Amino acid sequence: MATSTKSLPKTGMRGGPKPGRPNGNGSPNGNGHAFTPRFSASRYRIGMWVAMAAILMMFSALSSAYIVRAASSNDWRSLAVPPTLWVSTLLILVSSVSLEIARRKLKTNRTNSTRLWFWISAALGIGFLASQIFAWRSLVRQGIYVATNPHSSFFYLLTATHAVHLFGGLLALLYLAMRKQPKAGDDLAMAKGQAAADVTTLYWHFMDVLWIYVFFLLFFWK
Amino acid sequence: MSAETHEVHRHPAPTGFIRKYIFSLDHKVIGIQYIILALAAVLVGMTMSVLMRLNLSWPGTSWPILETLFPAGAPGGVMSPEFYLSLVTMHGTIMVFFVLTTAPQGGFGNYFLPIQIGAEDMAFPVLNMMSFWVTLVGFIVILAAIVVEGNPAIAASIGASLGGASGGTVGPIGGWTGYAPLSAVGLPAGPGQGAGMNLWIVSIAIFCIGSLLGALNFITTLLNMRTRGMTLMRMPLTCWAWFTTAVLALLSFPVLLGGGILLLLDRTVGTSFFVPGGLVFGSTVMNTHTGGSPILWQHLFWFFGHPEVYIAILPGMGATSHILSTFARKPVFGYRAMVFAIFAIGLLGFFVWGHHMFISGMSPYSAMTFSILTLSIGVPSAVKTFNWLGTLWGARIRFTTPMLFAIGFVSLFVAGGITGLVLGQSSLDLPMHDTYFVPAHFHLVMGVASIFGMFAALYFWFPKMFGRFMHEGMGKFHFWITFIGVYCIFVPMHTMGMVGMPRRFAQFTEYEFLKSLHPLVVFVSISAIVTVLVQFLFYFNVIWSVFKGKKADDNPWEATTLEWTTTSPPPHDNFAGVLPTVYRGPYEFAVPGAPKDYLMQTEPDIETAVAGAGNGHNGHKH
Amino acid sequence: MGRALAVIIWILTLGSVSLFFVKKWWFPTGISSHAPALDRQFLITIIVVGVAFTAAQVALGWMVWKYRERGPSDRATYSHGSNRLEVIWTIVTAVIFIGLGVMGQSVWASLHFNQAPAGAFQVEVVAQQFQWNFHYSGRDGVFGRTDPNLIDDSALNFIGLDEADPNAKDDTTHSVIAIPEGRPVELILRSRDVIHNFWVPQLRFKQDLVPGMAIRVHFTANRPGKYELACAELCGQLHFKMRSNMLVLPADEHAELMSLPQEQFQTRIGELLNKYPLPPNN
Repeated sequence: MATSTKSLPKTGMRGGPKPGRPNGNGSPNGNGHAFTPRFSASRYRIGMWVAMAAILMMFSALSSAYIVRAASSNDWRSLAVPPTLWVSTLLILVSSVSLEIARRKLKTNRTNSTRLWFWISAALGIGFLASQIFAWRSLVRQGIYVATNPHSSFFYLLTATHAVHLFGGLLALLYLAMRKQPKAGDDLAMAKGQAAADVTTLYWHFMDVLWIYVFFLLFFWK
Repeated sequence: MSAETHEVHRHPAPTGFIRKYIFSLDHKVIGIQYIILALAAVLVGMTMSVLMRLNLSWPGTSWPILETLFPAGAPGGVMSPEFYLSLVTMHGTIMVFFVLTTAPQGGFGNYFLPIQIGAEDMAFPVLNMMSFWVTLVGFIVILAAIVVEGNPAIAASIGASLGGASGGTVGPIGGWTGYAPLSAVGLPAGPGQGAGMNLWIVSIAIFCIGSLLGALNFITTLLNMRTRGMTLMRMPLTCWAWFTTAVLALLSFPVLLGGGILLLLDRTVGTSFFVPGGLVFGSTVMNTHTGGSPILWQHLFWFFGHPEVYIAILPGMGATSHILSTFARKPVFGYRAMVFAIFAIGLLGFFVWGHHMFISGMSPYSAMTFSILTLSIGVPSAVKTFNWLGTLWGARIRFTTPMLFAIGFVSLFVAGGITGLVLGQSSLDLPMHDTYFVPAHFHLVMGVASIFGMFAALYFWFPKMFGRFMHEGMGKFHFWITFIGVYCIFVPMHTMGMVGMPRRFAQFTEYEFLKSLHPLVVFVSISAIVTVLVQFLFYFNVIWSVFKGKKADDNPWEATTLEWTTTSPPPHDNFAGVLPTVYRGPYEFAVPGAPKDYLMQTEPDIETAVAGAGNGHNGHKH
Repeated sequence: MGRALAVIIWILTLGSVSLFFVKKWWFPTGISSHAPALDRQFLITIIVVGVAFTAAQVALGWMVWKYRERGPSDRATYSHGSNRLEVIWTIVTAVIFIGLGVMGQSVWASLHFNQAPAGAFQVEVVAQQFQWNFHYSGRDGVFGRTDPNLIDDSALNFIGLDEADPNAKDDTTHSVIAIPEGRPVELILRSRDVIHNFWVPQLRFKQDLVPGMAIRVHFTANRPGKYELACAELCGQLHFKMRSNMLVLPADEHAELMSLPQEQFQTRIGELLNKYPLPPNN
């Protein structure tokens, strides 16, 4: 076959299919190929990263509002750190570790202990939310409400927004903990379970880092 | 193909009516649902624009029908100023969100992105379905804002529980930008600041969530589900446009959502994010707020608002490139430059929001930076225009209705976009800001040009979506009147702006210097009414063609991309169980030596296609 | 079809351009010291815009006219583009567009990068829904204290002027702005309620009045007369009626006006409003 490419400009945009492309579909059988039920874990990973980008943008917007608002007027009264927030921080850090253990155990198929670790992580997550609610209630007891001053407004807003997002992660954790174990040899179900665990863990770590960021912004930046 | 491979489906085709047409997971059905939503929303928005034009040209005239429909907003049939301003607000909001964001992306993008990249559906069909239904809820909420404020009886009962309503308007007052503190302090600021404004914010927040779900799906689908051989640089330009649009939506809607939450808190809980202290409305001193920053809202809004402009127009650009090439029977000129230009527009779009705020009181130094960046965004826009002209150069144009609209898009994009050179300069914004020059500019470029892109897309893809053509005669008549009409509506608005006519005035009767413009105002209104009337012919054409249109085969336009390799309309999984393999770029028209004047992306060996010609072999070995 | 479309595109182009060219509807004559430079910048920009617009539309019409399909075997030129052309037109448009933007900065800089010159005539502007209030410092040149809590519309104290402040004794307020001819004017812009915008077309100047902020801007008006003042930022129900007048007065007439106490000040402004006609309407 002649391989001259000069007579047609821009042949780089044509040419044959490149082999071995990682696109979730595909089997190399000529022109056209059937799609197989092969499960694409990367799809869920990509989706989660994209979703986290959106959440990050929202927190960036609220943070920039926080920074601008703090600098724009002299009505800012900084709150003291509610002590329970340290407990929250500890709980969510530990939950990240326990979830990571669960995820790795799932990979090696030690199913019974995996379930336990999911439950531990979910319990720690619930503990975090309880601790947050406790912190709000202690502020309310001191007479500090959402509209009391700009710092309290941002405190409630940022912690609540974080809590709502974390609650979504918590539902996923509970799903993982309660999910029926796939039968041995059901590769598809195994792969789905692993992907769900991977993606949930990723999200949970993100929530963890996001909490530390929010905590820092609220009480140590200004 | 072996028989077994045909039987494999990711999810089987639904059978019941509800799963098939209502709560469908099929991206094609969801796409059509989005288009129907946009067609309904545009009808509302367009009707409102006619009402506004009537009031501007013939102020004080009694229109008895108005009194029947809105007894409080138009006592004696004469439109009240607050009625007019709420029309301004609702027209802008409905058009920008529920028309220009839904139809191009949620509608056509949903339908054709998976097919064009050779996927059997979106990555997350359930999220896709939710994205539409959430958006629909947003639309219902914004319609509720009209009712709650517009009907005195409802305003009194429901309105009170939603934050009070003054009645007498047909919705909130604030323009589509909802500047604080007008939008943030509630009823003391006057009519249109009650329950309707709360619903307006809630509607937009809901819309943000729906759009984010959609954007998540688009990005993942495009990155993960391209078929064999569909490299990034072989994607149709439509896919690039939808992808970039999705990225813009993903990064900008969360900011609006955040801002909306802050605004709602200011209104309902009494926080002071945007409301400064010591405001005085008549005899009411508002001591409940302190120290908020009205400009903060503008920053948050426009950080979203400017990318939103590109969210509206980029899909139109993609469709135009695609359709121009198809009917010019010629490859897109400078495909790579087009891709880079889309990216450049998307990227720069995030750094120019300040040009909406030159006269807001922000730092004059940042105004200068925003000004220069804004003018540089004209460069990729101009590059796209040059490439469209390059595509037509040496072409063999087939003047179908979609092609007419695509050419119209180019003309209108130039006409509307180029005055950005005026408005982008901070100094020239001093006389031009908030005059009719601004609506003239953005209606032409982001409103009408985008809509022309969508008209082109609908006429073009209708045979694929419904297996029938739209009526060409009606389509062409629709094009001629609309094309001439929009020029007649929006070009005179530029000169109104130069004279100094401010936007968002319920009447121009108060000012001597505006009186000389009256003939132009009337001319614009008549043009608008004629143009709107022709759109009803378009609606008729759509409905008529679904049932009675001329039957279309699989590839009626002799186009090259993947959607034309499948049946019209495509089966549930798009390719009847066999995904196509892609061998070449998307716009191979007029390839020298080829037997036909176009090569489909799926045609495997160019050696066969160009048999007998000695001059064309692509480089790869089988 | 192609020819008809080309002709329509050209007619629309001609119509659009001539609407600007006939200048029947154009800027009112500028009266500020920065207006000539601004008008020049506008003219340069609109010429660039007009030329680019016309060139693009004429080219589009020409393509449409010339390159229609003439038969089934008639094929287009096969080309995927030209990198050289891409580079050329990217650079050319970048130079023109960004060049325009840089040129436009000088007017902006002259108005916004510097403080008002010493000796500028100061006016405090307090906008409220659908009404302008201008606060003049009177003979002593010092503004009396204002406080939002003292605002009392029924007593016509729209700006909350503290009558107890000795500096406030000779202060005057009015809904009309009266400024001296040929002398820099500094406005201190405030709003009582929502965002308003100070807009006099002849001044070629516009600035938001943002509640919670006191924005200082300056300009010089060079031609005596009476001009219409509008609010150009949506401020609520009667936004379209938030109208007032701006009087630009010869220095001596202005000085005399400023020396008057409130009641005579009001009478005198009434007389001056009658004395000066609005500029002719084109």
